[in-house]
Amino acid sequence: MITFDGVTKRYPDGTVAVDDLSLEVPTGEITVFVGPSGCGKTTSLRMINRMIDPSGGRILLDGVDVTTIDPPTLRRGIGYVIQQAGLFPHRKIVDNVATVPYLLGWDKKKARARAMELLERVGLDLRLAERYPFQLSGGQQQRVGVARALAADPPVLLMDEPFSAVDPIVRASLQEELLRLQAELNKTIVFVTHDIDEAIKLGDRVAVLRVGGRLAQLADPATLLAEPADDFVREFLGRDRGIRRLSFVPGDGLRLRGDLTVPVSAEVSSVRGTAEAWLVVVGDDGGPLGWIAPKDLPDSGTLAEVPAAPYGTFVRGRDSLRSALDAALLSPSGNAVAVDGSGRVVGVATREALDEALARVADGARG
Amino acid sequence: MGEEPLVRWDWIGRNWPEIQELLADHIIMALVPVVAGLLLALPLGLAGARWRWLYQPTVGTMNVIYSLPSLAVFIVLIPITGLATRATIIVPLTFYAMAVLIPAVVDGLTSVPEHVRQSAVAMGFTPLRRLLRVELPIAVPVVLAGLRVATVSSISLVSVGALVGRGGLGYLFIDGWQRQFPTPIVVGVVLTAILAAVADLLLVVAQRWLTPWSTARSRVREAA
Ligand SMILES: Nc1ncnc2c1ncn2[C@@H]1O[C@H](COP(=O)(O)OP(=O)(O)O)[C@@H](O)[C@H]1O
Ligand SMILES: [Mg+2]
Repeated sequence: MITFDGVTKRYPDGTVAVDDLSLEVPTGEITVFVGPSGCGKTTSLRMINRMIDPSGGRILLDGVDVTTIDPPTLRRGIGYVIQQAGLFPHRKIVDNVATVPYLLGWDKKKARARAMELLERVGLDLRLAERYPFQLSGGQQQRVGVARALAADPPVLLMDEPFSAVDPIVRASLQEELLRLQAELNKTIVFVTHDIDEAIKLGDRVAVLRVGGRLAQLADPATLLAEPADDFVREFLGRDRGIRRLSFVPGDGLRLRGDLTVPVSAEVSSVRGTAEAWLVVVGDDGGPLGWIAPKDLPDSGTLAEVPAAPYGTFVRGRDSLRSALDAALLSPSGNAVAVDGSGRVVGVATREALDEALARVADGARG
Repeated sequence: MGEEPLVRWDWIGRNWPEIQELLADHIIMALVPVVAGLLLALPLGLAGARWRWLYQPTVGTMNVIYSLPSLAVFIVLIPITGLATRATIIVPLTFYAMAVLIPAVVDGLTSVPEHVRQSAVAMGFTPLRRLLRVELPIAVPVVLAGLRVATVSSISLVSVGALVGRGGLGYLFIDGWQRQFPTPIVVGVVLTAILAAVADLLLVVAQRWLTPWSTARSRVREAA
């Protein structure tokens, strides 16, 4: 756990970059510091590994004041990733990754073996190991930066806008990768960004900072979206806050109907009489094939010969209410098909069910 | 001298041992200043990169020295280092080399991107180790570019020393001019040019070998 205890940073020119910051970064979680440019994010981050020392207050790492630890020793136990990756241009990728193990005095073979393991872990082709940084794309360099930060298996990882300089598609995949790694590694991560969407996507907890280095709000993403502390946070969160909030409402609460499914092998005649406007056709493997409207069916044959309308699915127990709503909007029936982890249909969330769930969310927002 | 051929090969054959001696003397007087200049420029360049206020005065002084005519400096030094001694040539040429190399070292060190320096700090390099393992290696291409300039100009400047009695291959120019006899002059010019070309080539090879990672050829050219 990292504890900021009344931390203030005043630069020699009088700029107050961080003002009386108190918060806790829980072990094994991603805490995101987010805020506009110049609000003191980088300064706060760098006080953790003593690249900057606070002018007031204390920062504790598992209860120990970091200013009592010799900086190089402290830093070798804290991974650090920055925007331009900061790779050493004169060292091969594998040696870049092995930097901290070398500093810790590991023998070369062991350090390199560890580096290779990490390159693999962050999803890089091992043939890149013998290249130099300039021969890699920005996204690849950033992955190397992450691998390098993890090389000596530090419990704490500091990341300063690590994905800001890459294009949106690469950024999204790097974010996914980080979440996947974190699920395996459970590091204590402090992640700095100016991008609120990134903060909401990655953070277990999000600290919103305002210019002048004051904490505006510290909350988990769902709470942040539902209950911004003040106008500054509300404005910073931006548009579509209500819709985005649905990402954090589990789809589990949706009432499902089991009577709206029909096997593909069924005879047309057996379904034509139903009163329902739409039924979902289920394949032999249990997966959905599409929607049919019983009143438009031909006179004879099986459902296999009937063209089905497009559909959307959400995974019950995993996907959010937002995904369910999205699935409903993808089909002419306006209903969402619920599937299990292996893609088998478990029921249908109708418009009425979605409406009830949305009403519950809206109710929650009231108080 | 109308009938005189430009090069008399028999003269070269007869004087070959002496030419070799002059060549060796030339190489020593040209390269000792470059090596000494580099050794002195490293600490001064480091200081200039660290304490920026030192940089302008140092470079200013060096530029003034660089602008002094070499012959005048040689003559001024004669009472101290002696007539026709190597030292009379080597000492000023060392300063000329420093005038090129100090800015090269400073530029090399400032060519280290800030994010690279910061990430070295963040990973727990001590300042000395950071200098030796990160900053100096990254400065190498720019320093080598300066070294090429310093080496070639040092090789050409040695000849001026012939006017004060010690100029390596430059002696051949004086000799040929005084006797209205072109062969030594041609030999001197050709050998000086070959020497400069070989030295430069060796440095280019060294650069390729030392810095296979360098994409900064354009930056190197700029610094040169
Ligand atoms: N070394 C410094 N000296 C003076 N002011 C600084 C220094 N570093 C940062 N600042 C100022 O402190 C404030 C916070 O900077 P920073 O922590 O870099 O913000 P952020 O990372 O959120 O953009 C800014 O106003 C910035 O100009
Ligand atoms: Mg910043």
